[in-house]
Amino acid sequence: MASGQKAARVGEEVWKTRVEKVNAELVTLTYGTIVAQLCTDYDYDYAQVNQQLDKMGYNIGMRLIEDFLAKSNIGRCGNFRDTAEMISKVGFKIFLNVTPTVTNWTADNKQFSLLFDENPLADFVELPDDGRAQDELWFSNILCGVLRGALEMVQMSIEARFVSDVLRGNDVTEMRVTLLRYIEDEMPPDDD
Amino acid sequence: MSYYFVIISPADTPLFELTFGTSKAGGDGVPRFRNGETARYMNQFIVHAALDVVEEVQWLSPNMWLKVIDNYAPTNSHISCFLTGTNVRFMLLHQPSAITTASAGSRSSTISSTSIPQNPTSPQTEEAIRQFMNEVFELWVKTLMNPFYTIGKPIKSPVFRQRVVGAGRKWL
Repeated sequence: MASGQKAARVGEEVWKTRVEKVNAELVTLTYGTIVAQLCTDYDYDYAQVNQQLDKMGYNIGMRLIEDFLAKSNIGRCGNFRDTAEMISKVGFKIFLNVTPTVTNWTADNKQFSLLFDENPLADFVELPDDGRAQDELWFSNILCGVLRGALEMVQMSIEARFVSDVLRGNDVTEMRVTLLRYIEDEMPPDDD
Repeated sequence: MSYYFVIISPADTPLFELTFGTSKAGGDGVPRFRNGETARYMNQFIVHAALDVVEEVQWLSPNMWLKVIDNYAPTNSHISCFLTGTNVRFMLLHQPSAITTASAGSRSSTISSTSIPQNPTSPQTEEAIRQFMNEVFELWVKTLMNPFYTIGKPIKSPVFRQRVVGAGRKWL
């Protein structure tokens, strides 16, 4: 696909020339510590932890999109399929140096999956062996929030959630992204 | 040869324990300690006593791998030690199987054999244990990097256990 190739080229170039690199283990350990701390703070209520991670990601995404647009210097995406390619081959590439595979499109082009072959956030991680974490905790849930926050700032309301994770013993790590609607310019309700 | 492996924290609390038998030379991987039923606590006792020796030996060498540092003659047990940078000790008690020594009647004939399952002090055995320790060290570092593991707590991870068992099967 042409747009996919273009996105891959842009991602590669930005990654090589315009991104400051940081030690991967620093990122892994920092993120891991945050999740572990959240787990103790919320008394191993994993639903709460997931929600907090998503919220943190949302706040990151809202800022990160500006940085992303500045670095990549790309224009508006023509359709949601282009957006998906951009997310995978430019977004994930320049910030995490991974390119998740975009796949499993629904017929209406509003829903796709991102398959993560590798996940730098989850290196070394083994979920707590308490019989619940494997079923309830989405360790990398911050990524869902980041996508939601970032896309919201460019007029796309989406829902993102993990549906499987190798940490839980699944074969793949898969995130499902659904386009809810394009946000039109809306006047504030009490504006003239 | 039968093995008892234990990881001991800097505060002298055991973090991980494993007993296994040799898988070399047709071994079935099942430990057969000479002291039978009492082995479970006797091994702990012997290794615990060896910690004093570790404290003496560790300052004499710059290496993490301290080789055989102690032995316990009544069961012909030898204790090897690997020391990590934070003073966590990997202790391995190895004991040649009773049958060979009993049939040989003396220790000298056991020593003449160099195979890993027979001879606890041959260079081959020492090398195999060193390799085993290094592999466990690598696994250990990975375990420490897991954000859900608390330093100084017993290692409960089934993955770690399974991999240590794998290392034992591979080298010992």
